[in-house]
Amino acid sequence: MPDTISSNDPSDGAYNYAYLDEQTKRMIRRAILKAVAVPGYQVPFGGREMPLPYGWGTGGIQVTAAIIGRDDTLKVIDQGADDTTNAVSIRRFFARVADVATTTRTEEATVIQTRHRVPETPLKDGQILVFQVPIPEPLRMLEPRETETRTLHALSEYGVMQVSLYESIARHGRIAKTYNYPVLVNGRYIMSPSPIPKFDNPKLDRNPALQLYGAGREKRIYAVPPHTPVKSLDFDDHPFEIERWTECCALCGSTQSFLDEMIVDDAGKRRFICSDTDYCQERQEEQRR
Amino acid sequence: MSDIALGLADPAHDSQKLFRAVLDAFAHPGRIVALTQGPAGVGPLSRAATAFLLTLVDRDTPLWLSPDFDVPAVRDFVRFHTGAPLVAREADALFALLTPRRAPLIDSFAIGTDPYPDRSATLVIEVPALTGGPALTLKGPGIESEARACVAGLPASFAEEWAANRTLFPCGVDLVFTAGSELMALPRSIAVEI
Amino acid sequence: MYVAVKGGETAIAHSLELLADRRRGSRDLAELTLDQIDQQLALAVDRVMTEGSCYDRSLAALAIKQARGDLIEAIFLLRAYRTTLPRFGHSEPIDTSRMVAERRISSTFKDVPGGQVLGPTFDYTHRLLDFSLAANGERPAAPTAPVDATRDLPRVGDILEREGMLEPPPANVGGPTQDITRDPLTLPAERPVRLQNLARGDEGFLLALGYSTQRGYGNNHPFVGEIRFGAVPVSFVPEELGFPIEIAEIDVTECDMVNQFAGSHDVPPQFTRGYGLAFGHAERKAMAMALVDRALRAEELSEAVTSPAQDEEFVLAHSDNVEASGFVQHLKLPHYVDFQSELVIVRTLRAEVEARRQQTALDQAAE
Repeated sequence: MPDTISSNDPSDGAYNYAYLDEQTKRMIRRAILKAVAVPGYQVPFGGREMPLPYGWGTGGIQVTAAIIGRDDTLKVIDQGADDTTNAVSIRRFFARVADVATTTRTEEATVIQTRHRVPETPLKDGQILVFQVPIPEPLRMLEPRETETRTLHALSEYGVMQVSLYESIARHGRIAKTYNYPVLVNGRYIMSPSPIPKFDNPKLDRNPALQLYGAGREKRIYAVPPHTPVKSLDFDDHPFEIERWTECCALCGSTQSFLDEMIVDDAGKRRFICSDTDYCQERQEEQRR
Repeated sequence: MSDIALGLADPAHDSQKLFRAVLDAFAHPGRIVALTQGPAGVGPLSRAATAFLLTLVDRDTPLWLSPDFDVPAVRDFVRFHTGAPLVAREADALFALLTPRRAPLIDSFAIGTDPYPDRSATLVIEVPALTGGPALTLKGPGIESEARACVAGLPASFAEEWAANRTLFPCGVDLVFTAGSELMALPRSIAVEI
Repeated sequence: MYVAVKGGETAIAHSLELLADRRRGSRDLAELTLDQIDQQLALAVDRVMTEGSCYDRSLAALAIKQARGDLIEAIFLLRAYRTTLPRFGHSEPIDTSRMVAERRISSTFKDVPGGQVLGPTFDYTHRLLDFSLAANGERPAAPTAPVDATRDLPRVGDILEREGMLEPPPANVGGPTQDITRDPLTLPAERPVRLQNLARGDEGFLLALGYSTQRGYGNNHPFVGEIRFGAVPVSFVPEELGFPIEIAEIDVTECDMVNQFAGSHDVPPQFTRGYGLAFGHAERKAMAMALVDRALRAEELSEAVTSPAQDEEFVLAHSDNVEASGFVQHLKLPHYVDFQSELVIVRTLRAEVEARRQQTALDQAAE
């Protein structure tokens, strides 16, 4: 019962539909169109202070607030789950300020805001996946200066990234990067897929849904249009590969999904279950039928 | 002031629906979307072009009007409902309204820079119809294999001009074609073949 | 309408209730009023208004109360409110020479026109806990000299400037500039953009950076040309009138820092400026800001950029405490998907190292 939660909630009438004022929405909408027109390029936008802290999804929230309407059905996940506290908090925010229906079902959602995962259930034409992005610049940890990285993108000068991946091979015998694994979008821009596990990278490639990425603190929006090639960087002799588990999900038996590891007793016994709670529940219900 | 045509009846919700239609068009180049939430077209403008302006243009976006549209009804409407500064030079505009009669069609607008390709113009081109013209094949982001566009009224040189725009990528202009209450988008990333 | 509800929802609801309860504290004690916070914690209100970029004492007091005295949290609350407010336009630049100064000191001249006015300051308090405040803080009203609000108070810098000893202020004052609360920061930044960023910047961060310049990390040989605190009028030109009208009076603290500049072959030596401005009474903030402003002018003044305080991108990208606080604290959010990915790869790499080690041992045994 989200509406009875707190007495200090601002009275909803004091704020515009979907929280943002119309001028701010127009500014974000223009940035989104530019992002779609130049896939993988980070469009600077006048990010606003949101009533949630920076680092907790303010970029994704601004993108969602700029696109969402009363006809939408919103799903919010964090770590693949609908019931993690931050997902609950963001979903509650939109249910209140945007008068929007919410769902946990991937296939029912028209807009899905996510942190750190891409749903296991394949997305469809017409769905929009909104990613929360902490550090939009894929080269940031290799070159902290914005003035430098902007030039590198302008020149398509991505040697520094290749060198970094090659160093990983030299050290570990393989590319040891596991999440936020860099991708090349439509053969032009290297892009951060946000901190999703590399397990999810193949889902970004030629996905029929529209992918929008919002970084609030860093004030950047970028996009991958439907059906756009998204290639995870690799080398011919060290092709890209995803995580594999020898276990299967303890609840639904899936061997195809990303698994969370839980420690179930003091002796350190492990149990693995699907990170995508909707996918897991759908499979369990199907098995019961 | 009383002569100025009405804007959006329900600005927050109408503009949201209109934007989603425009976004759908940008995400699926060649797809024809209907912009039905806006008012009737203003002066010589189509309903779709009017709705597009009301959705995306405001005091932060300089607008250029081609001579066909630089008429009091449009100027007053734009000033009153959007506050957009009307600029005389194409290069100063972030949005522009034009007809296919302009030649060359998409020349001399802002194309952005390699570090900031987003500092570029979006051109709204009013055409007689979005169907019935010679078939163009579209390929690129947003399109599964290829899409077909049959925009009527484009000059013969269009494919050539567009190819030149494509070579500027990531710089370049983005186009939307409007006719009646319909809109089609052609972002700079899309290759066009005859 | 169907709203998805799960366990986390109840937990959050309970957490919010507990927070509100802890904020209130013991019900045996009277609740703080906003007026009390405004009047008796006035400098906290000043800081929240400055870094919250919103001059409204009662809103800042409310934010402090709601944040249980956590000033960065209060700044965040005020900013999140500010961002939803409609914008009617821009005020005219304030003119601090029209200030009715409650305090005004210069450390570059023994006496200056208008005089040195000590005003209320901690500077000469002995830092001894005043236990009488624990019992009863009532004090008789302090005597004050009559103020002449009609007379302008010339700035010390202006006097030096007339002589050519101090660089003039930038020429484009009052022209249009970027608004950092509406436009994304682009680098390199113009000085007006830097000053906006510093004015909103975290006091502790600027203090540490300013301090570092005094310890050799980008020394700029500062003198306090002048610090003044007091009320200045704010004017606005309504479109329908076309001329400025006074709409408010605000308290500000201004610091004009005077710094050495070596000059060059063509340019005679001249003093340069670092500028600080804060809402309310905030000398530490205004001074630190002025030091960092001057340090950030290194490139413009052809000085070598060698230290953090001179590094525009480093300073501007990390000065905002609402951004910093959010991103540091977001580490509390679950990251178990990424951690799982790391577990998988570390286990794989460890197994590979172990396999190689065993193979080496086998090979050696075979030799």
